[in-house]
Amino acid sequence: MKTANKTVTATQLVKDAFKKAEFFKDYNVFTSLYEKEALARAAEIDERIARGENVGRLAGVPFVAKDNYLVKGTITSASSHILEPFVAPVTSTVIRQLEDEGAILIGKANMDAFAHGSSTENSYFGPTLNSHDKTCVAGGSSGGSAVAVALDVVEFATGSDTGGSIRQPASFNGIYGMKPTYGATSRYGVVSMASSFDTDGFFAKSAEDIELLMDICAHRDEKDMTTLPDFYQESEAKTVKKIGIIKDFNNDTVDAEIRQAVDAKCAELKSKGYKIVEIEMPTLKYVLPIYYIISPAEIASNLSRYDGIRYGFRSENSADLEALYGNTRNEGFMKENKRRIMIGNFVLSSGFYDAYFLKAAKARTLLIQEYAKAFEQCDVILAPVSPNPPFKIGSKVNDPVAMYLEDLMTVSINLVGIPGLTIPAAETKSGLPIGLQVLGPRRSDKTLINFAKEIA
Amino acid sequence: MTDEELDALQGDLKGIVDYISELSEINTDGVEPTYQVFEMENVWRDDEIKEMDANREELLELTTEEKENQIKVPKVL
Repeated sequence: MKTANKTVTATQLVKDAFKKAEFFKDYNVFTSLYEKEALARAAEIDERIARGENVGRLAGVPFVAKDNYLVKGTITSASSHILEPFVAPVTSTVIRQLEDEGAILIGKANMDAFAHGSSTENSYFGPTLNSHDKTCVAGGSSGGSAVAVALDVVEFATGSDTGGSIRQPASFNGIYGMKPTYGATSRYGVVSMASSFDTDGFFAKSAEDIELLMDICAHRDEKDMTTLPDFYQESEAKTVKKIGIIKDFNNDTVDAEIRQAVDAKCAELKSKGYKIVEIEMPTLKYVLPIYYIISPAEIASNLSRYDGIRYGFRSENSADLEALYGNTRNEGFMKENKRRIMIGNFVLSSGFYDAYFLKAAKARTLLIQEYAKAFEQCDVILAPVSPNPPFKIGSKVNDPVAMYLEDLMTVSINLVGIPGLTIPAAETKSGLPIGLQVLGPRRSDKTLINFAKEIA
Repeated sequence: MTDEELDALQGDLKGIVDYISELSEINTDGVEPTYQVFEMENVWRDDEIKEMDANREELLELTTEEKENQIKVPKVL
């Protein structure tokens, strides 16, 4: 990471970032930019550097936050209409941790509204374009963050991964994307989607940068009771010898060029002395129904707080309170938000709870057991990130099930709570990036990062 | 919602429900459900008053209409 010093100033780094942001304007990466604030902060950091102070490990490094990270005094819309006027009253823990090390937030990045989507097309502010092909989607839901890093506007960005929202856009834009162990990083001050899956993580250009960001942010936070006691810094990276390949992903549901990328990587790793083992995980056949039952249930619960009363958008001209709730939600939520709220309430309703929600919660246990068994046979798993390379804008957005199918390879680790790291691996014939994800057991974050460094 | 919107949504939801219903094929007899992957229960903290990140005035500023520290809404009944 290029940090500021006495010769390269934070002001210069920030100015460069804004120049690039302006140059790549048509990619629709940003929902807001904070030029004045960022320059003021850069000047302050430069002064501290001039005085000989240690500003931190991210001194003067400009970065971008996904639009669901709260930053006090700034709009945090989650790229939705219902939170469009929402000025955050607090700052999220991850942003504070990064700023404490001298990093400078330059803006917020576009996303699928409330992180509901796999392409960043469900944003109230329109889609973000893919960094390698403007006619293709950026991936999602953290599409803006991924493209900001891929276009080199900034060296790192924050994202959140509930069902693949960091790993998939990282793959679609040819960069690294880390989804930590559930509970490794704090969710405080990040707009909730599905609370038992939501994990905050990062985009960067190298495994070394991911390592630094994890070292800074993977801490217990008393403001998020689901953070784990500190483990990351003390953990030892395990030497990877055996790499598992999921047999159930080696079939027609996966694009031929992506399967070739997996095969090529395996051949390369074999020649370097790693052992490849095939793993069977039959429950993966049902992973999308499991995810698309439990996650909407949690979404429906979390999104019930947006009622137009205390904050955010409020619909005008409602005769009574009941009408106000209805109008606010109807006008404020995007189509995909509404679908998930309704499906969530359906699977939780008394007549259908056992057949859907309870059944999915039991199947989740089976999946956890299968992953535990898999990690008895291998140290890490290497898998495709998505069944297809970046697809055309508009090609799937009106067909929710087709869009859900794009999450086939990413959602399982969120159900299990384990970490995953996307690494750039190959390109399609037409020049679109293909990433692969490395998966490990709970708390193996350091092993994954170390392995990514080893094979880079 | 308009009739048109409702029709489209009904079609979408039918497609989604058909798809997630595939889960009925899987055998989960005798399996305990998992609701969270956090491994812990009942995380306690001391019951102390703490300085929070935002105060009452800042929180009330977020609402559309406020009067004397109360949030104003249309009639309830």
